[in-house]
Amino acid sequence: MHDIVNAAANFIHLDAVNIIYLFLVGFVGGLVSGFIGSGGAFVLTPGMMSLGVPGLVAVASNMCHKFPKALVGAIKRARYGQVDVKLGIVLGISAEAGVLYGAHIQENIKKAFGEAGSNLYVSAAFVVILAVVGGFVLLDAWKTYRAGGGDEEESATKIARWVQSVNIPGTMVYFKSLNARISVLFTIPLGFATGMLAATIAVGGFIGVPAMIYVLGAPSLMASATELVIAFVMGLGGSLKYAMHGLVDIRLAMIILAGSLFGIQLGAIGTTYVKPFMIKVVMGVIMVTVLFSRALMVPVYMSQLHLIQEIDAGTASLLKNVSFGIMIFALALGAFIVLKAMWQGHRAERLQHAAEVLEHGKI
Amino acid sequence: MSLTKKKPYSKMIILGIISASLYILLLSRQEFVTQYFAKGGINAFLPIITAFIFSFVHGSFTGSFWTVLGVEAAKKKKEAQ
Repeated sequence: MHDIVNAAANFIHLDAVNIIYLFLVGFVGGLVSGFIGSGGAFVLTPGMMSLGVPGLVAVASNMCHKFPKALVGAIKRARYGQVDVKLGIVLGISAEAGVLYGAHIQENIKKAFGEAGSNLYVSAAFVVILAVVGGFVLLDAWKTYRAGGGDEEESATKIARWVQSVNIPGTMVYFKSLNARISVLFTIPLGFATGMLAATIAVGGFIGVPAMIYVLGAPSLMASATELVIAFVMGLGGSLKYAMHGLVDIRLAMIILAGSLFGIQLGAIGTTYVKPFMIKVVMGVIMVTVLFSRALMVPVYMSQLHLIQEIDAGTASLLKNVSFGIMIFALALGAFIVLKAMWQGHRAERLQHAAEVLEHGKI
Repeated sequence: MSLTKKKPYSKMIILGIISASLYILLLSRQEFVTQYFAKGGINAFLPIITAFIFSFVHGSFTGSFWTVLGVEAAKKKKEAQ
């Protein structure tokens, strides 16, 4: 943690190219976040590090742009009636505990196995969680698409119906997104897991959103909107903690915020044009693509830990660049799907409007 | 999309000017900012307050920016309620 001592000395010089780069990545990250509730952070942290920002400062500055962004997104989506504030706060508080615990585990792993060990742990978490959850989300979206694109209302899964049926006196809370009373004993571990993931791979929403949909029974649109409240609660607590150690580079955070607030507004508007299953499509596609990016790095870290035969520096650097490229591609692909779905929805609405005007004219 | 509603041009312009001024201030005083905002302890509130101010001003600006461009929410909201 020597960074803390002279963090200010580690703050990089910003030129026009750096500013534009951060602004653009912020915009795309914001667009995706506005739509699926999270995402973007997995590109922003390594993106800042590639500019020479120390790891901890990158994580801290990313977090300090995340909570104001999530706040703006949550307010916007609350106007569309998609946010369950109570569920967001309840999950957010337990997520905060998860973040602290997750960070503690990270520190211990780093102490015991060094930087490469910590990187291997993060990448392994990425691969396993994204494969299981991402695969499941994508499969579910595919089934909905095959069944006619999800025109009918989403139905709760078997697990969600069971969770909603369990009555544990003294722990029951009503949540409007679920239209049911559920025990907080179910929400606490889910929030905790969301926070732990956020501390590990920077994107807690990859657990939070699917958990709200499949385990609690929230509709996709409400789950992704409520994730923004969780991100706000988690981000605010995390930023304060990092800022106390002087690790937040407010310039970086605010430049990324400049782009991401354009993006998050657009992403939030986008959710009003699409069928709910599109949230799952975008989320699943990003998760599965990012999975390949991280999987490529696993052999590099394993070789650094001498678990496998050593990989030469050229190959390691190639793998690293390809991995970063795939990560940017994942985010761009997500943004493309959002914009395309939004454009199609907008055009359909315009055509319908024109038809109505024409009909009215005839009468 | 909205042809009948008046677009918030003046709101966008005013908020845009305030937002740009905030950014110019932040980037022209980099040395001061990096020195004082990263001192830790009670100074931790400086970046947090800054983030709230920027999110309020710049968030309102970007919101009216898309409205002026005609990018607004679908009329028939597809809330999953």
